Amino acid sequence: MSEGQGPSLNRRTLLGAAAIAGVGIAGIGGFLFSEDRVGPWRLTARRMVDRLEATAGGRFPGYRRNHAKGVAVSGYFESNGNGTEVCRASVFRAGRYRLAGRFSLGGGNPQMPDDPTAPRGFGLQLFLPGGEQWRLGLINIPVFLDATPDDFYTRTLAFAPDPATGKPDPERMKQHVATHPATAAALQIIESGPHAPTFGSSSFYGLNAFRCTDDDGRTVPVRWHLEPEGPAPSTPPGALFDPLVSEIKKGPLRWTMVLVIGEPGDPTHDATKQWPAERRRIAVGTVVVDAVRTESGDNVQQVNFDPLVLPNGIAPSDDPLLQARSASYAESYRRRAAENGGAGAVNAEGAR
Amino acid sequence: MTDTTRFGVLARILHWLMAVAIVAMIFVGGSMVGSLGNYGRLLSIHKTLGLVILVLAVIRIVNRFRQRPPRRSDPLSRPERLVANGSEILMYALFLAQPLIGWCLVSASGIPIHILGGLRIPSIVPVDAGLYATLRTLHGLLAYVLLAAFTAHICAVLFHALILRDTLIRRMTFGGRRSPGR
Repeated sequence: MSEGQGPSLNRRTLLGAAAIAGVGIAGIGGFLFSEDRVGPWRLTARRMVDRLEATAGGRFPGYRRNHAKGVAVSGYFESNGNGTEVCRASVFRAGRYRLAGRFSLGGGNPQMPDDPTAPRGFGLQLFLPGGEQWRLGLINIPVFLDATPDDFYTRTLAFAPDPATGKPDPERMKQHVATHPATAAALQIIESGPHAPTFGSSSFYGLNAFRCTDDDGRTVPVRWHLEPEGPAPSTPPGALFDPLVSEIKKGPLRWTMVLVIGEPGDPTHDATKQWPAERRRIAVGTVVVDAVRTESGDNVQQVNFDPLVLPNGIAPSDDPLLQARSASYAESYRRRAAENGGAGAVNAEGAR
Repeated sequence: MTDTTRFGVLARILHWLMAVAIVAMIFVGGSMVGSLGNYGRLLSIHKTLGLVILVLAVIRIVNRFRQRPPRRSDPLSRPERLVANGSEILMYALFLAQPLIGWCLVSASGIPIHILGGLRIPSIVPVDAGLYATLRTLHGLLAYVLLAAFTAHICAVLFHALILRDTLIRRMTFGGRRSPGR
């Protein structure tokens, strides 16, 4: 050393100490910032799931933080091969692929009544060759109510049931819709369509756009939905899960899977917007549901219907909801996987 | 002639590659929790980088056993040696444990593991939500331990370079090979 023995309290030493402290604080602080433990408020999966918990109307350990009430089904997807024209994913090659699924109602309360106006969910897990999977989270409306994760976050509170009345506050809903024109427009589209009385007669939509790539590397934007096959059942409306269970016990339920192919200029980043009605549609196969069971650890209770679990050939679009859904579903899964409970919100064996 | 005051070239290259990878990894991991916008993309990068770090860590540990580290210019006191050796072992253990726990937890979630570019990686434990929850919590806790160890390591090296003004940092750097600096 050139300047005497050991450290001495001179300017250089002080500057050195300051630099060391600065590096330490920048490292730890930077990480805490990246994790949203410090710094200005921002929307994260944690906050998203916190809000879903706060508006669920109770604490329900082990259950999904949204679409808590549900029943497990299984069956297969019969692919007709038509999808290979736009997508190289193995699922579109002609053949039969096993599936596990879950019908559900929106909301975080697994004991909610069968509200026919609640969003009906259909989660699907398709098992494909080579250990690939395709997971889909579909609901029974043609467009989503929110364009962005922030809109979803604020609407969840605005549309939440008031603990006093059990119903959402119409004034708050009106206020939210008035300040969110995309939500207002989406509501109009949803309300103008038919309202199917049962799960079996409902269409289910993927809502978000994705990108499909064919064997030659050409990529097109797509959206998908399921259309019920066969005549509408004569089951009376009112309850939803009992008729679903008895229908499946009588015979399989079927939906045609339809790919809608977008064209340049069609919005792929906004699930509140429809594509023009004349867009090309390809019927790619049939989803067949032939068994129903009470949800448990042996079936889909612990399956995360993450829409970003995709087979090779299908990729996410630029829709910000997709990334937010994936993050929030993972957070919900992390929480419920660490808790006891969550099984059997709908008793399929006991249903009439 | 080999420079006996320095780690071997391979050890030095691995050290700096991993330093960059692990800083990136810690912040990608933090952002996955702390932001919504790019979750899927960040997860893809996180899995890929995790695998890279695991491979580098294995090579590095094998190399560390094959080649003795250079002697320190100043003899360490007993407690100093304990801290130095202990932190080295802790960091090597975390470099191995974090990617392995991450690999196990995605395996336990039942989601097929794809890394950047679509390459599929096999699952290494059976699907089990309870196991997932435990490992996910552990992965998060160890991230803090790794962050603390990493930050302490950088601060200690800076302490040597800026305050003690010794030549410790030379053991891991390139260039300036003229004078051993004594």
